[in-house]
Amino acid sequence: MLLGRVIGLVVPCVAYEGLQATPMLIVQPLDRSGKPKGRTIVAADATRMAGPGEMVYYEGGREAALALDPWFVPVDHAIVGIVDRVHLPGRGGTS
Amino acid sequence: MTIGTVVGEIYSTINHPFYEARKLLVVDKRVPGGRATGDYIIAVDSVGAGVGEVVLVLDEGNGARQVLQSSDGPVRSVVVGIVDQIEIA
Repeated sequence: MLLGRVIGLVVPCVAYEGLQATPMLIVQPLDRSGKPKGRTIVAADATRMAGPGEMVYYEGGREAALALDPWFVPVDHAIVGIVDRVHLPGRGGTS
Repeated sequence: MTIGTVVGEIYSTINHPFYEARKLLVVDKRVPGGRATGDYIIAVDSVGAGVGEVVLVLDEGNGARQVLQSSDGPVRSVVVGIVDQIEIA
């Protein structure tokens, strides 16, 4: 899993069967200190509670689909948690 | 599997039910010689590792679910060992 920041949302007008009710969010991947790193991705939100501005952690690959219900769906990244705090002793934490 | 150093933990209240009460570690990846690669990974702890320890991280779904005894958990990365010593011939 990696950290990301939700920076927007995607509203598909047509989605594959099983994905119609899944929120799709635009996520900027972050390094562990919270700085943007790499290109943005679109991730399905398995928590259904993430929103713009929030720091999240997401899983990639086939495991992303397992976070969803129904799980046999074509996704490659899924948000599985919203971060309260990243605790990095000795380096100062980010929120 | 990869070798890394635990540098922190992630606290989260709202998450997928699978991650309820699981400890998430922030692990800096490193080459066996000791240098950090600059990449990191967030992995579920299965061995009781803590900050500062050098650990072995499995990054593969089926093995991860086996370790965590789940048939359908959305998990891929697990800390599966704490390293005492690395020898390079």
